[in-house]
Amino acid sequence: MEGHAGQKASLTWAVHIAVAVLVVLWTVPTFGLLVSSLRDKDQLAATGWWTALSASEQTLSARTEGPEAQQKEGDLWIVRGNVFDSGAGQIASWGTSSRAPAAYQPGDTADLGKGESLTVEETGDYVLASAAEMTGSRGQRLFVQSVVPPRFTLDNYRTVIGAEGIGRSFLNTFTVTIPATVIPILVAAFAAYALAWMRFPGRALLIACVVGLLVVPLQLSLIPLLRFHNAIGLGKGYFGIWLAHTGFGLPLAIYLLRNYMAGLPKDIIEGARVDGATDFQIFRKIVLPLSFPALASFAIFQFLWTWNDLLVAKVFLGTGDSQLVMTGRIVELLGSRGGNWEILTAAAFLSIAVPLVVFFAMQKYLVRGLLAGSVK
Amino acid sequence: MGQILYAAATIVVGVFLCVAYFWGSNAVLDRLCPMKGPEAAANVRRANAIRPWLFLGPSILVLSLYLVYPVFNSIWLSLHDSSGQDFVGLGNYVWLFGDAKFLESVRNNLLWLVFVPAMATFFGLVAAALTDRIKWGNAAKSLIFMPMAISFVGAAVIWKFVYDYRGADQEQIGLLNAIVTGLGGDPVAWITVPFWNNFFLMVILVWIQTGFAMVILSAALRGIPEETVEAAILDGANPFQIFWRIKIPQIWGTIAVVWTTITILVLKIFDIVFAMTNGQWGSQVLANMMYDWSFRAGDFGRGSAIAVILMLAVTPIMVWNIRNARKEGQ
Repeated sequence: MEGHAGQKASLTWAVHIAVAVLVVLWTVPTFGLLVSSLRDKDQLAATGWWTALSASEQTLSARTEGPEAQQKEGDLWIVRGNVFDSGAGQIASWGTSSRAPAAYQPGDTADLGKGESLTVEETGDYVLASAAEMTGSRGQRLFVQSVVPPRFTLDNYRTVIGAEGIGRSFLNTFTVTIPATVIPILVAAFAAYALAWMRFPGRALLIACVVGLLVVPLQLSLIPLLRFHNAIGLGKGYFGIWLAHTGFGLPLAIYLLRNYMAGLPKDIIEGARVDGATDFQIFRKIVLPLSFPALASFAIFQFLWTWNDLLVAKVFLGTGDSQLVMTGRIVELLGSRGGNWEILTAAAFLSIAVPLVVFFAMQKYLVRGLLAGSVK
Repeated sequence: MGQILYAAATIVVGVFLCVAYFWGSNAVLDRLCPMKGPEAAANVRRANAIRPWLFLGPSILVLSLYLVYPVFNSIWLSLHDSSGQDFVGLGNYVWLFGDAKFLESVRNNLLWLVFVPAMATFFGLVAAALTDRIKWGNAAKSLIFMPMAISFVGAAVIWKFVYDYRGADQEQIGLLNAIVTGLGGDPVAWITVPFWNNFFLMVILVWIQTGFAMVILSAALRGIPEETVEAAILDGANPFQIFWRIKIPQIWGTIAVVWTTITILVLKIFDIVFAMTNGQWGSQVLANMMYDWSFRAGDFGRGSAIAVILMLAVTPIMVWNIRNARKEGQ
């Protein structure tokens, strides 16, 4: 803007660098989540996500196959196999006890006593040999320090969608969100029109009330409404939460739509009135189509808010599988699977993916709504 | 599948009922007060007096039931015991002000109230001022704005991962501890450090709200008349002076709006604390305490009393907003 003479190049560079730093700070946490959710779960637990692209050294504890797999080869009983589940990997060192997990080099043979010996190659192939037939049900314990190539997988997503119930919760969240977005728009549009273009006593007072209700903490509504829903037999369920979200979203909807509608050109509406159009016709044929940008803005707000909401869902919905929304499910996972980052990261990314798509696709309307919606 | 059908059916039925109500009530009104005949003028007047209330009816009903009535009902409940049966006067409030956890919550809420709006507004202002000067500013804005779309719960997971802690003998997979150990320090279990953990939670909200502040302030900065800036340049002001002395004073009103909007959000902050610490290690806040007492302990009296305190805290902002809106309307 002030690209006038005398603007120093060094200052421009400082601006570029400062913005770059801000952008990095603001995106890195989310990026880390995305990268982590795609990593192999053992690697995720062993090294930071920023090392995801380099091969990592990690200690695996494994077992050879049990005695049931032994075969007689010459004088010896032999068990052969590979310590890596996937068959791919490179061993740096190995051992047979947790106190010395790196006692042997690849290719070394460890004497296990009682005539048994174990050899582990760099590729992970091992040979367990015994002079006498092996007994028992479990194989020999062994530890390997392996160099594992980076591995990316969608397994974490498969796990959370299926076994951890995020798939079902995704559906529940949609069930909450769509009606809770559509219904308030309809109800509010008529009210906004009345407050913008109809003349009647008490209009200014009503507008002031709407502005006031914008900031009422919804904490205040939780107990009375839950009691009310229970009293009329609605209890906890989707119908109750749709009504609650409608109520909580209405002040902003009316405020946004009224401000927008009040700014529409007066000539058009007065003209239609002179031509004998009723208010209902003016609303339906002129004001509603012209108000599309404001309707879209509010729809995005309400969608993001209901999708991301935790508190209202916790109070007005049950905790069963058929009603638990994604935010609620993730909070439960934080409690029960606190250390399992492969599950938490994948679940969290699934829950933020839809809002992010909506955000990037409809950013224009979101910005417009924000500018109109903040009380000036 | 049945559930999707249920939701779809609700939308269809709900939309149909809404449209039927508005269309039907208008049609009835038109029938009762026809714009023809001997009484046409009186009828038009009568219809014009009634019609606004047909349009407003559903909204007024829902707002009264879901927002106005609860305010009064909460006040009433806060004066009663846990079951909502017996009147206890100010007993719940007396208990509150003697409760250590409540005083901790008030202190923490005050910390949040100072830190979050200040930092979010500051970073938003810096981001707005800087991104307006470069070509890739819009892309940068988009990325800084992005956390706005992320839920508090999602953000809690993202940041819990950043703050992840493991013993000093293990490799750190949390970014913050990896940086700290990389610089030679010892890893810290950040969210369990009393007092300071509040700030680690606040960072999350600052991260989310900076985009909001940036968008609003950026629009305000662009609305500043060019002449004032040009005059300052002619007078030999440097870019910093132009920004702090010329531009900032002209957008004070917008800064106040951003500040109060974030303040209201901060007062109600619940999800982040609930998901990160659940109020342990000295990080309790009012909204989470209200949830604990109401829906874990089942004490509606105490829960309502905390909610009423929250209401009292937002009341000054509410009055200020209403006054501003009325001034603008005139």
